[in-house]
Amino acid sequence: MSVENVIEVRGLRNQFGDHVVHDNLDLDLRRGEILGVVGGSGTGKSVLLRSIVGLVTPQAGEIRVFGQDIRKLSGPARESVERRWGVNFQDGALFSALTVRENVEVPLRAVPHLGDEDRERLAGLKVSMAGLPVNANPKFPSDLSGGMRKRAGLARALALDPEILFLDEPTAGLDPIGADAFDRLILTLRDALNLSVFLVTHDLDTLHTCCDRIAVLAEKRVLATGTMAEMLKVDHPWVHEYFHGPRARAAMASSGGA
Amino acid sequence: MLDGALVVWTLPHLPTEAAPRIDLSGLDKMDTAGAWYLAEAQHSGARLEGLKPNHAQLMETVATAIPEPDPVPPVVPHWKQILTRTGMRTMQALGYFKELSEYLGRFLAAGIRAIRHPSQFRLTSLVYHCQETGVRAIPIVFTMSFLIGVVLAFQGAAQLSRFGAEVFVVDLIAIAVLRELGILLTAIVVAGRTASALTASIGSMKMREEIDAMRTFGMDPDMVLTLPRVLALVITLPILGLIADVAGLVGGAVMSWITLGISPPMFLTRLSEIDVSHVIVGLSKAPFFAVIIGIIGVHGGMRVGKDAESLGQMTSKSVVNAIFAVIIADALFSVFFSVIGL
Repeated sequence: MSVENVIEVRGLRNQFGDHVVHDNLDLDLRRGEILGVVGGSGTGKSVLLRSIVGLVTPQAGEIRVFGQDIRKLSGPARESVERRWGVNFQDGALFSALTVRENVEVPLRAVPHLGDEDRERLAGLKVSMAGLPVNANPKFPSDLSGGMRKRAGLARALALDPEILFLDEPTAGLDPIGADAFDRLILTLRDALNLSVFLVTHDLDTLHTCCDRIAVLAEKRVLATGTMAEMLKVDHPWVHEYFHGPRARAAMASSGGA
Repeated sequence: MLDGALVVWTLPHLPTEAAPRIDLSGLDKMDTAGAWYLAEAQHSGARLEGLKPNHAQLMETVATAIPEPDPVPPVVPHWKQILTRTGMRTMQALGYFKELSEYLGRFLAAGIRAIRHPSQFRLTSLVYHCQETGVRAIPIVFTMSFLIGVVLAFQGAAQLSRFGAEVFVVDLIAIAVLRELGILLTAIVVAGRTASALTASIGSMKMREEIDAMRTFGMDPDMVLTLPRVLALVITLPILGLIADVAGLVGGAVMSWITLGISPPMFLTRLSEIDVSHVIVGLSKAPFFAVIIGIIGVHGGMRVGKDAESLGQMTSKSVVNAIFAVIIADALFSVFFSVIGL
């Protein structure tokens, strides 16, 4: 295989009580791609993201990030992997007691000997790269709109220049203009920083605009992966409904075909 | 000459004053922090040589994103800062009183409206809140007041026996409990229990826009939320105060019997000589305390913003303010009663 997989999930099983969320799930994230993960409500898109970053402990399976089994790592080895990814949670998950800039400074504090002024200016740079105005720096998360909180969360996720970026529903709750701007921001940052992006979304426009590949979660596993064109040919009722419904057609029309 | 990796982790080891010429041909890894360093160096006149195309692209992205430095805020002299802060605090406190009186007015207006249109009044809600703030508070109020009576009897006996005036312990307990402690401590307990509960319940409704939804149906939050809650306090606090009075006397009587040998009939005889005005003075304060606690609790709830943090803040603020206000009101009442000679 010529392409390098930064994440390889094999045989993942997640279960809460009697409720099996994932069973024998396989998924790859290739270096430099934006992978859109879609699925109906309750199919465990967020659980998948959380199991990869280690917030949920799966019952079985193997999760390899940069070729290392994340479940077997601990201590400094695990920390060094964690520094190579950034996670942006649905509503930014900013620390409410800190300003936007201080939020972005939190991961930077892990860098030994980095001076206060350098750290502040680097944080300011990330905030501005995430598309926020300078005057957003001293604001507290509660003073920001939903879209700005997501951007601030993105700035924090990018603080240490990660190689993998996890985004949980980045455009949910944004107006179409804000969502569109966020899509373009993700594309720009991916190209500039050579990111691999794991993108959980419901937004068909985002799938059309951003994603190189799409993975569909259904029936407790990844039902299909491939480009948008390949998705349109998948012969599964849910997948067909999803990519051929009226909203999907509208999204396709606006992006000029997949 | 820079080679290897120019990333955030190596940034601290770089010289702060960049060299006039930087050779980058040996550089194999660069991140935004590194690009930022180079962009800054270039800005201050350094020449970059041997820059790889993919690094140049990143540098360009970073260079366009570098924010304008923040304008330095003008330095305000220290005395001016203190003056500003004091002024702002004073205005805030005055604003708080203004808002509290607004809520008091709205509560009274809702009360008058309820008398004129009894069908609008929420009787079920009133009964429920009487149960919550009144009945459920009985055990703690009773226990607390009983123990206060015990303590007073014990301490009073120790002091008064030195003068052979043990029997006056009854007067001490009766006056202290009936006039001041019974109702004041009850009000403080209720302020802790109910002011927080009011702020938390109304605040979480405010947070989820339930109160706005109510208004769109033409329901008046004063009528639906404020009136039954505050009225329930006005009804139950005097009753709780009476229970506290009785419990305090019982506690005092028990302790007097044990330590001083004052039998319960003797205690009762002595008690009957105490002026009834002490009870009246004590219990007449209860409705005022109830309104203070209720209004502060409701007002706190209505001031909750959209985030969970403000809910917690307002809840603890309500409790502190309610207890403080009750104590201030009690002090004012003491002055008032001594002036009119009760």
